[in-house]
Amino acid sequence: MRSFAFHRPNTLYEMSALLGGVIDSVPLAGGMTLLPTIKQRLAAPAALVDLSKIPQMFGIAVTDGVLTIGAMTRHVDVAESAEIRSKVPLLASLAAGIGDPAVRNRGTIGGSVANNDPSADYPAAVLALDATIVTDRREIAADAFFKGLFATALEPEEIITAVRFPVPSAGGYAKFKSPASRYALVGVCVAQKAGKIRVAVTGAGPGVFRIGAMEAALESSFTPDAIAVIKVSSENLSSDIHADAEYRAHLVTVMAKKAVMAALQTL
Amino acid sequence: MIVSFTLNGRSRTVDIEPSTLVADLLRENLNLTGTHVGCDTSQCGACVVLFNGEAVKSCTLLAPMLDGGMLTTIEGLSGPGGSNALHPMQEAFHQNHGLQCGFCTPGMVMTAVALATKNPAPTEAEVRHGLEGNICRCTGYQNIVASVLAGAAAMHAPGIGE
Repeated sequence: MRSFAFHRPNTLYEMSALLGGVIDSVPLAGGMTLLPTIKQRLAAPAALVDLSKIPQMFGIAVTDGVLTIGAMTRHVDVAESAEIRSKVPLLASLAAGIGDPAVRNRGTIGGSVANNDPSADYPAAVLALDATIVTDRREIAADAFFKGLFATALEPEEIITAVRFPVPSAGGYAKFKSPASRYALVGVCVAQKAGKIRVAVTGAGPGVFRIGAMEAALESSFTPDAIAVIKVSSENLSSDIHADAEYRAHLVTVMAKKAVMAALQTL
Repeated sequence: MIVSFTLNGRSRTVDIEPSTLVADLLRENLNLTGTHVGCDTSQCGACVVLFNGEAVKSCTLLAPMLDGGMLTTIEGLSGPGGSNALHPMQEAFHQNHGLQCGFCTPGMVMTAVALATKNPAPTEAEVRHGLEGNICRCTGYQNIVASVLAGAAAMHAPGIGE
């Protein structure tokens, strides 16, 4: 591998100085995307700044109906957290379905959200649950955060420190996974809070998106049948060797119904 | 860069390039070739080792990330009471013919040990879900699953592992 420097700051202040100090310094969370990317020579950072020793970036807490997950919290920790399993079970089952055990032992929520892979699971939950992205300098609403293919509202050297999820009254996530990578071919997250419904889709297009028609239909009747006839257009969806856009469009409705079914079980 | 960690129960300090992968550190620098590199793209699981007791892919972990941690490789597994005999999981793979060519076996065994440590009595479905990150191109997995179930039972049998 091409050589690079390796830094391990203990504070956010130190981290910012390191990231800003050398051009092409890149933050390292779990490394489950970054390290394969470097190995394939798709990235050649001058320095990696390891975030694993910054205490503020860890922890799971529920206060006043809001679940806060530190950015460096790993998928395995979310999947196994008793608090998350009881308060927001959809997040625990979503995390338990990411990659494989070795990936879940390293990969983090902050890394996944910042990377915004079009087939990643977390962006669907962040958008459906109307989460807030907390960074080292501000807070960003989910609706303003995701900007399409691997793009987010994060500025250069801006780092996610936590994600805050309002605890929903009901919610579910269903995905049709690629059997090889376990990434979502199509994943749909449905959440209900104070009578409002949000439906977010990952995997289908170049970035996570909401479906207003399904949200309106589910607000009238929170049942799988209410959205059975609602189809999304295949026009802007992705086509690849695994699934063409037409098939992905079909899967969106199927997965949305399954997500509603899962959500009804949490009521 | 100086990195200190515990390797198979003994403390080690190495001086390496920060871009060194743990799989390469083990095989090239420390001559521990039991850890295999299959795909080198984090998909096959042949290189799985235990980091702080948890299964990780050593081809997708940088050596500097080991600092202060505890690493266990297939060479570090030991029999009952720390003896030189096979670890109960290795013995189960032997008894159940859980391998053919053997290339994936070190990763399979390390993943299985982590799984059985966390879940002492896994179901067949839990074992299959737990092995999703380990690819075997010979066996069709049937005997591997049988091995893991038997190995988990043996690991937690009374009088073993003191």
